[in-house]
Parts: sequence; C-alpha cells; structure tokens
Amino acid sequence: MIFVILETTGTLTTIGLPVLIIGALGLIFGLILAVASKVFAVQIDPRVEEIIDVLPGANCGACGKAGCAGYAEQIVKGGEAIDKCAPGGSDVIAQIAQIMDMQASSSDRKIAVIHCSSGGYENTNWKYHYEGVGTCKAAANIAGGPNSCPWGCMGLNDCMRACKFDAISIDSNGMRLIDLEKCTGCGACVKACPRALIDLVPLKRNVYIKCSSKDKGGDAKQVCGSLHPCIGCGICSRKCPVDAITIEDNLAHIDYEKCINCGLCATVCPTKAILDLLVGTRKKAEIDPESCIGCTICAKVCPVEAISGEIKKLHEVDKAKCIGCEMCVPKCPKKAIEMV
Amino acid sequence: MGYLGELFVMAMTAIFIQNFVLARFLGLCPYLGVSKKLDSAIGMGMAVIFVMTLASAITFLINKYLLIPYDIMYLQTIAFILTIASLVQFVEMVIQKNAPALYKSLGVFLPLITTNCAVLGVAILNTTAFRSDSVTAYNFLDSVLNGLFSGVGFTVVLVAMAGLRMRMEMADLPKSMRGMPIALIIAGIMALAFYGFMGFQI
Repeated sequence: MIFVILETTGTLTTIGLPVLIIGALGLIFGLILAVASKVFAVQIDPRVEEIIDVLPGANCGACGKAGCAGYAEQIVKGGEAIDKCAPGGSDVIAQIAQIMDMQASSSDRKIAVIHCSSGGYENTNWKYHYEGVGTCKAAANIAGGPNSCPWGCMGLNDCMRACKFDAISIDSNGMRLIDLEKCTGCGACVKACPRALIDLVPLKRNVYIKCSSKDKGGDAKQVCGSLHPCIGCGICSRKCPVDAITIEDNLAHIDYEKCINCGLCATVCPTKAILDLLVGTRKKAEIDPESCIGCTICAKVCPVEAISGEIKKLHEVDKAKCIGCEMCVPKCPKKAIEMV
Repeated sequence: MGYLGELFVMAMTAIFIQNFVLARFLGLCPYLGVSKKLDSAIGMGMAVIFVMTLASAITFLINKYLLIPYDIMYLQTIAFILTIASLVQFVEMVIQKNAPALYKSLGVFLPLITTNCAVLGVAILNTTAFRSDSVTAYNFLDSVLNGLFSGVGFTVVLVAMAGLRMRMEMADLPKSMRGMPIALIIAGIMALAFYGFMGFQI
C-alpha cells in the first residue's frame, strides 16, 4: 500500500524514500545492538549497586577511595574493610554488613575537635590587621599569620568551608563550634586547617587539650589571647592515673587508647588548657556497706585518695574528692562499688 | 606515482600535515580529557584508530550503495552519525566484555567517541577527498586507510600530549598554571609546531 503511493506520487517519493532508508538503517543497527547487548552482556554484582545506595553519597574520600562508588566496588571485589566510611557511621556499617553477609566490626565514632581556645574576635592577640584573601591558608603565609601565636587559630574559617555537613558554626565571639551531632568525623576540616589544629578524637572520650602551642611556657602565655595555653608543665602527665598523657615539645598529648575519661587532668591544669566536656556530670562512687570486706584495694587504686578506711573495716568515699573515674569499680573483689 | 607512494602521501597528510587535532581542530575533547595518563591515552588512541577505521569502511559503503544511488546525499550527516553511534556502542560492549581494564581506564570517554567530531569528520572528508592527482576520488581501500592513518595521527598527538603533561605534573609550576591552563598552552604550542608541516609539498 505504502509502496504504491510512493511509486505513484512523486512528491511523496522525495520524502518517503529517505525516511524509509534512514528508518531501515536505524532499525538494522538497533537490532544489531540488541543482539550484541545479549551476547556481550557483563555481569555486574548487584551488591555493588546496593552498597552505593546505602553509602551517604557525599564522595568525601574519607575511605581513601575515589568516591562512594569506588569504595562500594572495592568492598565487593577487593575485600576492602567495611568500616571505612566515617560519615556513614555505625548505621552504614551495619547495612553494608547485611548486604555482604558479614559481621559488623564496631568502630568508635570519631568527631573533630579544635585544639585551640583562641581565634575569636575578643580572645586573640593580633600581630597585624590582615586584609587579604579571606582564607587561613593565605593568611598563614603572610609574616607567619596575623595572630601573635604562630600555632593558634587565625579565625578565617577554612575548616567551616571544608565541612560538607554544616557541622561547624560560628558563635557571637567569632569562635568555631563543632556540632557533635552533625560531625561525621570525615576529616575534611583536619586537612583544611593550615595549622593542623583539628584532630579526630573518639566521641566517648570527652577530655582534650585546647592548645597546640609548642612554644616554651612563658612564650606561649605571652602570645595566647585566651589565657589558656598549654605551657608544657607536665602536671597533667604526672597526675594521670593511667599515664595516658605525654609532654612533647612543650605540649601535652592525650593517648586515647589509654585515657579512661576521668577528667582529672582538666582539674589539675594550672592554665585550664584541658577541656572536660563531662565536668559536673560524672557519677560518684559509692560503697555498699554490706558487701565491703575492707580489703583496701579500692583505696590503693584511687588516684585522688578519695577512699579511706582501715583494713577489714568499712571503707568510705569522700564525695567531694571523688572525680568519678570509675577506676575502683572493676578492682573491688566483692563488686561492692557502684557509680551513682 | 605508484600506489605505495600514494599511501605515503596519504599517511603523511593524515598524521602530520592535516592532523585531525592540531590542524583541523577536531576531537579536542578527548585530546584534553584523556591526555593525563599515558596508559589511558594509548588506550583511547587505540579505540579511536579502531573506530575511525571501521567507521570509514562502513560509511563508505553506506555512502556509495545507499546515499548516492537514492540521491539522498543531503542526509549524509544523519546517516553517518547513526552509523558511527551504533558502531561505538557496539565497540563499547565488546571492550567491556573482553577488556575490562581498558574499559575502566577509558571511563566516560568511550561513549564520548559516539559524538566525536573527529570520527564523523573522517567519514565526511573521505567522501569528498581526492588522491594526490586531484582527480581520482577515494575508493574503499583509500577510505579505510585514510581512516586508519587519521586515527594514528590522533593517537600520535594524544600520546605526545600525555607524555608532556605527565612531565608537567613533576614540574615546579605556579599553582594557577597547573592542570588545564598549562595543558591548553602546550596544545597551542603543539598546534603551532604542526602548522610548520603545512608548507610541505609531497
């Protein structure tokens, strides 16, 4: 029918024939491709797609792979560890474990903390007034930075711009606040800070040094605008019941593998350079008078000598002295100590 | 001039004198995009050689036995694009199946050959090209070989560019010049150098 019309009418030939030829060409190529897609089909592991769906999709690179898709592929094909996604946290690990049919390894959620108590409008000593490109990286290159302390925060918010999760905000004094809920521990701000003031610490450890100055005590005190510099005196290191604090280059460093979160260091620091987020909220030890056999073990382990009592007699806790370190609890052979 | 001499002229013209990238300015996207690593540059070059040769062959047949007899030369571009796109899709499937490593290193650039003007360019130029006597039109073998040589010309320039850019990675460049800016400057200087070939009379 169509051919009859095509042959009889000249105008339709000029339109119909090209349409027919190109259409047939397309049809043939389409068929070839359809066959080829069956013949050369590549099996893609469906688990890769599933893991990509589960991952946050921020492509932050905290896992060390090229984006979330790269990490998903590495998990399935390369046997990569499933707990590398810092932004995803334990939820994502659990979901990936389900997809991969593996046991979820529990990794402590880490958050970023800024090891400097200076950097605001009011609490910084300025060397000169900086009026240049508004980034810390640029400012740090000009005469060693605009602030007097060569180790401290310059307050130009490179970390805030680096944060993909809006976890860093600025208060009225121009100080940076890290939202512990929003922080995913991806480490983007750690890399962004030209003075390496930011560090990832386990969320469960709520004690950290708010200073990065490696200057000698006197110098650090002179340049610090916040009056809370670490002067490297070492009192915290000596008082720490588990030897978790070391002094290196006039700066205290807490080893979080050893730290028991007791907060003693924060109370003894003469310059208040150690911040304890749990201060006032720790539970105090209490000894059950019926179970106590007076073995004195708890009194020996107590780092602040808050437990007193004679041998074979009931021991008592001085609530005013107790810092809530919980060191005595596991040591009691009768399990007579409770935190209340 | 014998046929071998003719081939020599054709090769020299396609590779140096009328180089697709640096003299005709076709296929600049893969030229700048895939020239960061030598491995993927070579892979891309091979893919382009393969596709150009195959595209030259198929488009010549389509042109001669479909477009010219039915007098629809004005549909050349559409017909060629259709053919080349299907061909590249096909090649992509074959590579994905048989050479996953190559497929991975080419990444997004393999589908890009689908609409690569260099491949369409060689197909269309083949239909209007003449041998060195300026009278004889290209026959089937001429077209296929011209496609091959054009692909080789593309690969030569792409690989040279990749080599230069890999050295530039090591060079102590000002930050603002790193990456694409210096690549564009190198491309310009290379094009100027290739411009020198234009004076040759073979």
